[in-house]
Amino acid sequence: MSTSGAPGQHPVRLVAGREIRTRTRSKGFLWMTVILVVAVVAGGFLLSLVQGSDKAQHVGIATGESAVEAPLKAVAEGMGVDVATSVVDRDAGTAQVRDGSLDVLLVPSGDGLAAVVKDSVPELLSPVLTALAQQLALSRQVTDLGGDPATVSSAVAAASVPAQPLEPASVVDAAQVVAAYVVGILLFLSLMTCGQMISQGVVEEKSSRVVEILLSNIRPWQLMSGKVLGIGVVGLVQVGLVVAAGAGSALAFGLLDGSSIDIGPAALWALVWFVVGFTMYALLLASLASLVSRQEDVGSVTSPVMTLMVVPYIVAVSVAPWDPHNTLVTVLSWVPFCSPLVMPTRAALDAASTPEMLGALALNVVLIPVLIRLAGRVYSNAVLRSGARVRLSQALRQDS
Amino acid sequence: MPSLVLSHLRKRFGDLQALDDLSFSVAAGEIFGFVGSNGAGKTTTMRIALGVLAADAGTVTWDGRPLDLDLRRTVGYMPEERGLYPQMKVGEQLVYLARLHGLGKEAATAAMEEWTERLGIAERRGDEVMRLSLGNQQRVQLAAALVHDPAILVLDEPFSGLDPVAVDVMSTVLQERAAAGVPVVFSSHQLDLVERLCDRVGIVRAGRMEAVGTIDELRSTATPRWRLTTSGLAPGWEAAVPGVRVVETATAPPSSAGSAATSPGTVVLEEAGGTAPGGGPQAALAAALAAGTVLEFSPVRPSLTDLFRHVVTTPEETGPVSGAPPAPAEGREKRRRTSRRSHDSRRTREETR
Repeated sequence: MSTSGAPGQHPVRLVAGREIRTRTRSKGFLWMTVILVVAVVAGGFLLSLVQGSDKAQHVGIATGESAVEAPLKAVAEGMGVDVATSVVDRDAGTAQVRDGSLDVLLVPSGDGLAAVVKDSVPELLSPVLTALAQQLALSRQVTDLGGDPATVSSAVAAASVPAQPLEPASVVDAAQVVAAYVVGILLFLSLMTCGQMISQGVVEEKSSRVVEILLSNIRPWQLMSGKVLGIGVVGLVQVGLVVAAGAGSALAFGLLDGSSIDIGPAALWALVWFVVGFTMYALLLASLASLVSRQEDVGSVTSPVMTLMVVPYIVAVSVAPWDPHNTLVTVLSWVPFCSPLVMPTRAALDAASTPEMLGALALNVVLIPVLIRLAGRVYSNAVLRSGARVRLSQALRQDS
Repeated sequence: MPSLVLSHLRKRFGDLQALDDLSFSVAAGEIFGFVGSNGAGKTTTMRIALGVLAADAGTVTWDGRPLDLDLRRTVGYMPEERGLYPQMKVGEQLVYLARLHGLGKEAATAAMEEWTERLGIAERRGDEVMRLSLGNQQRVQLAAALVHDPAILVLDEPFSGLDPVAVDVMSTVLQERAAAGVPVVFSSHQLDLVERLCDRVGIVRAGRMEAVGTIDELRSTATPRWRLTTSGLAPGWEAAVPGVRVVETATAPPSSAGSAATSPGTVVLEEAGGTAPGGGPQAALAAALAAGTVLEFSPVRPSLTDLFRHVVTTPEETGPVSGAPPAPAEGREKRRRTSRRSHDSRRTREETR
């Protein structure tokens, strides 16, 4: 048998391929992906229902008063109120107000207009109608004085008093907050699940002793990196699906109208941070899991890492959406191992500048080669030693 | 002819010198039986050969080349503690392992089909390994060691846990592989099997190779023994013959017809203390002929079990040590030693009962 130039694939690819096949076939993984995607889409749909209910204000204009349609639209737009207008016969309009399909029916009344409403003028519309009445009155006076009302109304429309806030209140953008939550929870969930897949996978090989056969063929680092790569691909696909479902439903349900969120970069950052976070935690967990030989003991070695994940996650989802510039959030978003769980939330909230994000990313990425070295060392030294738990210091020191 | 050479292996685990200058070689086409008490170092040796354990010193070569990762991929290995993915299907698992050994996808699938067929587990290909009986898992394990058409076979206790049919299948496979030019090393406590299958045997004790050779070579190093069955002689008559040592005595239970003195008795004798003129087994025969009736006088061919027992129970200083320095764990050795005399007398008691 030839010993070199074998026709087989590279061991890392084979190991990664096995992980991908095994994981994607597992019912638990499939269900979790389906549930996440459905949850995101359903959430988006529900949100669109809530937002859609207070969307357009339907204003009917009685036949004969259609001249007010244009100024009404201009005023409403200037005030940021969405108004849908229709010109209707007075009686039909009154009936529509009664059945709720019209919020207001404008009818002529003396010199000006009157609003036919069911009980009261909707809160959003009342300033619009007031401004409209004022403008109409103004136009009448201007016309009476021989001026051009169009010139005056455009000058009036342009006039404003810009605010100079001393302590600008952060405007809570609903779409951003939702995106921050989704991204924060998603990254935590998938890093946690993929991390557990890694640690359980390592111990499965160790406890079933198959590692002995594998390592008579391939090097420990090949087995470890194949595993990390395979599970990483599976995790990335899962996160990608959920992010795509989220972004897609946000666009499809029109959740982003009127929001300043830039969904593309936010989604991209979530994926980037998943890759970085997964790599770091996977290396850490693979090396720690290699210290023990039984599934029951995995928890005892990996719990410090799990805690390391929970703390920034809690801060990210409980503080950041309401206070994106909070000091704790900002600091944690820079701390390696915490960044992947905090930064994506800040990115979704548009609370971190691009240089800031690249900086934090660099700080995390720089650690990866160090982690690879340490994890490779611990894993290689510990994975073939079954029985009692191998001490971390021992695995780091010895080079057997 | 290429051969697998393990030379001067040393390995220490803390206070325990697990391997102490252990060497042996296995030629292509040869079946080598590796025997020794529990903890003697067999598994450690095999793990070192497969590179899953690093030796403190010594080398493992095949055809003069160090057995590196590339070469190890051509080895079929069955570890002492069986190892397979419990939740992976039999067929898929074997294909995966074959591909890790460097086979292409089609070749791996064909090999998997061939070996599951031969080992009688073809209908279990689609089942997860953990759903198989232990015996069938063992067959899968053997298939895993064979599926890549290995150039070298290293099997740690391949026969343990097998039913007689599977033992036959396994024996046939090993002989067939050897006939194809593969060096086969396996360890076993089933010494009758080792004796039947192996061209050469190595007996390891406390990390050292105490005896290596064909069964006949090992026999020639043992002191010749004779079995002498007599009747009409008083028990213990042989004590008077010079130059012999009694290895075993057996007396038929006294029947109602005769007394202990006249019932047939068997002794196994060997030369002791140099053959003085007028002494030794032949002298014992003459003495027996003179005093009673000799029913049988024949040379005893020691079985591997006898040879093994002899090697592992002989006090260290008289063992055929190959010039190695004394083992550092002297105290442990002393505790482990069983005096040959007490051992034999125990046996005698059992057999005379």
